[in-house]
Amino acid sequence: MTRIWRLWFFALVLVLWWVLSAGSRSTFFPPLQKIVTQLYELWIVGDARRELWSSLGNFAIGYPAAGLLGIGIGALLWKFHRVGHAVSPVLYFVYVIPTAAMLPAIIAVMGIGSPMKIAVIVLAAIWPTLLNTLDGMRGIDPVMLDTAKVMHMSAVRTVRTVVLPGAMPQIMAGLRNSLQISVIMMVVSELVASRSGIGFFILEAQQRFAITEMWTGIIVLAVVGSALTFLFIAVERVVLAWYLGARAVEQKG
Amino acid sequence: MSQSEVIRGGPPRPADEAMLSVRALAKTYNAGQRTERVAIADVSFDVAVGEFVCVVGPSGCGKTTLLRCLSGLLSPTSGEVRFEGTPLQAVPDRLSVVFQDYSRSLFPWLSVNRNVAVPLKVAGVEKRQREARIREVLQAVGLGDVGRSYPWQLSGGMQQRVAIARALAQKPDMLLMDEPFASVDAQTRFDLEDLILRVRRELGITVVLVTHDIDEAVYLADRVVVLGRAPSRVKEIVDVPLEHPRTQLGTRSSDAFGRLRRHLMELVTTA
Repeated sequence: MTRIWRLWFFALVLVLWWVLSAGSRSTFFPPLQKIVTQLYELWIVGDARRELWSSLGNFAIGYPAAGLLGIGIGALLWKFHRVGHAVSPVLYFVYVIPTAAMLPAIIAVMGIGSPMKIAVIVLAAIWPTLLNTLDGMRGIDPVMLDTAKVMHMSAVRTVRTVVLPGAMPQIMAGLRNSLQISVIMMVVSELVASRSGIGFFILEAQQRFAITEMWTGIIVLAVVGSALTFLFIAVERVVLAWYLGARAVEQKG
Repeated sequence: MSQSEVIRGGPPRPADEAMLSVRALAKTYNAGQRTERVAIADVSFDVAVGEFVCVVGPSGCGKTTLLRCLSGLLSPTSGEVRFEGTPLQAVPDRLSVVFQDYSRSLFPWLSVNRNVAVPLKVAGVEKRQREARIREVLQAVGLGDVGRSYPWQLSGGMQQRVAIARALAQKPDMLLMDEPFASVDAQTRFDLEDLILRVRRELGITVVLVTHDIDEAVYLADRVVVLGRAPSRVKEIVDVPLEHPRTQLGTRSSDAFGRLRRHLMELVTTA
């Protein structure tokens, strides 16, 4: 009930938008009713579904790849910390380059198809997960690792039973950042030299002054982004149930 | 090995019945560098099978370093530690360690049952035996129906019981404990002391317990190894001839307890 109650402001904004835009004759701010009708025609039953699936397809490959690579490389840099210390400066150097600035180079090498878009997502989204994994693993209490040694755990079991779960709160925080960046890069990669995707749809609609269509694309993007975030939060509640529980106890005590 | 052989001066050979034997143990951190620090200068003592030995010393005397050397987590700079006659290379199979801070050694992402199951899984014990053993050790430490709870849902004393249960799961020959009761309140501390005495009596297990609490050492131990200020050296090894079973009220108020306490206090406080 309280959760539904918390949406009151959101509902209020929608109602205001609906009412205030009702008689609008402005080219740039068409009535919300018109936008919603077009959204239904284009995205629910119409051709724009293809653009939605195209974008989500790239995301569905790019984001998991970024997450897994981030955790994997982060874990390796933690495990082989001598190598890690040598590699770190290079990593941070690459990390500070905005991926958008590398787009021309990536397009030159990979063309403008899906592989390029996936590469852009991975290249931008890997960082929060990678750095958080490394940080989380480095922050594991040495007593925990002693405990693992005293129990004669193999290296693989230590990682599985102690290191990964121990670093999981930070890894999840990283994955959440990576999710946001993935959605952003999914669109950005479609805005430059592309023939498909939500981003392409928005840009193309704007260029032929189909402003209402443009708005539908932006709304779809917002819906997709929110849905993915809620999905992530639901997964996080399950994966980090122990952490949230322990923290609640700590705060009470 | 002949019984007449003199252990101390001669070749480093422990007596037959020694569970743990420590010979001229020394540990220097950052040897040869400017930050060189001698943590342990010279420590030798034996622990017989079934014996309860406490190691006491003033704060910062290198107790934790000593414990890490005894458990095989840290290799000494010189000297030798033998466990059941074999020089330590790594942590021996038949040795379990209970760390000071349960909240740092229990896995908060696993339920109590699963925490206790970890060492059994590592040893490849199959599921049914594992479950039976988990029930057994939880009962042995006086924990009934908490298997499905998470450690952080339990009180401090109960958490340390879980840690002890986990250490006992693999039926070790020796339990090595690092100030195990330092982070619980006084009443719980008494309960846990009695618990560890009972476990030791029932399982016939050897216990080495490192503590800075002299009363606790006298109450628990058959012998107390007293360390001096850092770098650690053995000042004296004191026999504790108090009779068993010991009780918090009776034993602690006896004259013999008071005399031992006083003697240890003098040893620890005089530099």
